[in-house]
Amino acid sequence: MLSFFLRRLATFIPTFLGVTLVAFMFIRIIPGDPILLMAGERGMTDERYAELMARFGYDQPLLTQYFNYLTGIFRGDLGESFVTRKPVWDEFFTLFPATVELSLCAIFLAVIIGVPSGIAAAIHRGKFWDQALMSTALTGYSMPIFWWALLLIIFFSGILGWTPVSGRLSLMFYFENVTGFMLIDSLLSGQKGAFGSAVQHLILPTIVLATIPLAVIARQTRSAMLEVLGEDYIRTARAKGLSVFRVNGLHALRNAMIPVITVIGLSTGTLLGGAILTETIFSWPGIGKWMIESISRRDYTVIQGGLLLIATVVMLVNLVVDLLYGLINPKIRHHG
Amino acid sequence: MALLEVVGLTVEFKTANGQFRAVDAIDLTVDTGDIVAIVGESGSGKSVSMLALMGLLPWTATITAERMVFNGHNLAGLSARERRTIIGRDMAMIFQEPMSSLNPCFTVGFQIRESLKTHLNLSRRERQHRAVELLDQVGLPEPEKRLAAFPHQLSGGMNQRVMIAMAIACQPKLLIADEPTTALDVTIQAQILELLVELQRNSDMALVLITHDMGVVAETAQRVSVQYAGQKVEEQPVLPLFDAPAHPYTSALLAALPERSSGRHLASIAGVVPGQFDRPAGCLFSPRCEHVQPLCHEQVPSQTQRDGASVLCHFPLDRQGRPTHARQDHDSQNQNQNSQTDVNQINGGMQ
Repeated sequence: MLSFFLRRLATFIPTFLGVTLVAFMFIRIIPGDPILLMAGERGMTDERYAELMARFGYDQPLLTQYFNYLTGIFRGDLGESFVTRKPVWDEFFTLFPATVELSLCAIFLAVIIGVPSGIAAAIHRGKFWDQALMSTALTGYSMPIFWWALLLIIFFSGILGWTPVSGRLSLMFYFENVTGFMLIDSLLSGQKGAFGSAVQHLILPTIVLATIPLAVIARQTRSAMLEVLGEDYIRTARAKGLSVFRVNGLHALRNAMIPVITVIGLSTGTLLGGAILTETIFSWPGIGKWMIESISRRDYTVIQGGLLLIATVVMLVNLVVDLLYGLINPKIRHHG
Repeated sequence: MALLEVVGLTVEFKTANGQFRAVDAIDLTVDTGDIVAIVGESGSGKSVSMLALMGLLPWTATITAERMVFNGHNLAGLSARERRTIIGRDMAMIFQEPMSSLNPCFTVGFQIRESLKTHLNLSRRERQHRAVELLDQVGLPEPEKRLAAFPHQLSGGMNQRVMIAMAIACQPKLLIADEPTTALDVTIQAQILELLVELQRNSDMALVLITHDMGVVAETAQRVSVQYAGQKVEEQPVLPLFDAPAHPYTSALLAALPERSSGRHLASIAGVVPGQFDRPAGCLFSPRCEHVQPLCHEQVPSQTQRDGASVLCHFPLDRQGRPTHARQDHDSQNQNQNSQTDVNQINGGMQ
């Protein structure tokens, strides 16, 4: 298992370097240079330009710049935002917990509904439940996310008034930001009703964000289960006189989960990379919203740094998925 | 009373083009300690009939039988739950492909202990002990170490031994082996057969061996049932079957054995087993039979006896291997006699 881990880690390093290279080149290949862009239409004096070029290190040879950039990354220095003057690193870590909180809730919802639905559909193949579940999944998968979000807001927030429209917490509450996770911080604060408010704010964004992964997971689980249920070892399990629950829920599911884990992992990676639409619609202060705002403000260091951090998060999630894959599939663990 | 008694077992599959009869009124009786071989080409319904007994067929299958009794239980009348207490315990089965018949995600130890846990009331420690004992019994070296292995870490022959260990874990009264050696190397085949026979001999377990290999039959079985296109065409003890087959199909199968070939060419049976759409009207073997008579194309044969052999043929072969065409007259006399008896009975009833 250790050698498996090391081998996976070894493939991680070149990929990471590749990402740094792309992020580094991105800011250098845009027309003009970032300093001119910063100056905007007003322009600036030549002295000021040279001073700023030197300050951001743009006057040095590309190779030196890349080297400085790389060493900066390992020191946790991703430059600072042109707009807020705050380090990109700090901005990212202030906002990232909000995205993580939302993504994990969404993935959790997608898995606890998607996997059982897929199993049920596979077991009742071709019958009512299969068709009902799979056509619902297809609807969810095809629905434009912003429209679906608006429908939910209109109905649950507007008409029924059950949930808030946007944000992470009611303005009635204020407490120290300990972990960045509102669910945990609200509990730590000890304020009555704070946790409830945090949960209420999470409900709609979670449902919206979970919709597509849920549909994908349900369909993937169904097809994986159908394939596995036709295998010889399922017949063996039934020949042993095992209960239906044990045959489907243990012998079949364990094998069917191998491809499903991949889908869950990929979805988690995508969601952690920032749910741009969902975060924008619900004014959720996560990195998806941060990135889209930086792009509209042309805050290049933030875009560059954010790109690198998001890519790293996705890669880390994939690494974890690969390791999980090895845990669940003994063949991979032993042969790699 | 016989351990297993099956009369008139019929299995039909729902297909897109209507019902397909895979097993057609099969009879089978197995006593405690018997080794019965079921022989036939691919598609003759051997596996399907046994899977039907085990209740392992998909829902597209319709199973009907006049009688299907195992160890005093009427298999046809059991609920799925009741059946699960019997299969895997008193009636176990091993399959053709050992590599794909074991779950790749679990260690062989887990899979063996699972059988024990399902049917026997043993403690964790007793189960572990019994699992080691079982692997030892099926001839796997270093059983403690093997229990922790996954199926892909073992060879095909070793996996088949594990399958056997799993099947005999609860000391079944009947073991059905569905072509247990087909997927294995020739050298391993003999070892696995020896193992099965040895296990059978050391207990009072009955063994049903499904195979298409006449060599396997000759080495192991006591009694042979020959199936063709879902029907049982012949049944008799193994020695007389090899000496004097009663059905032309059995005779052709034996003639196709390489050991029996004379000259440069191997004998073969021309044609293929009829499928769903090309079932002949009379005897199902008639298009391929070398002794075929006009009657065979028209009339469905019924089971007859020929000194100890039950055979499904209008003109069974005699001890010298010649078709008994003369029997036709004899049969028609019999039929007359039968109809007379019927009349008598009716008369009797009226009186």
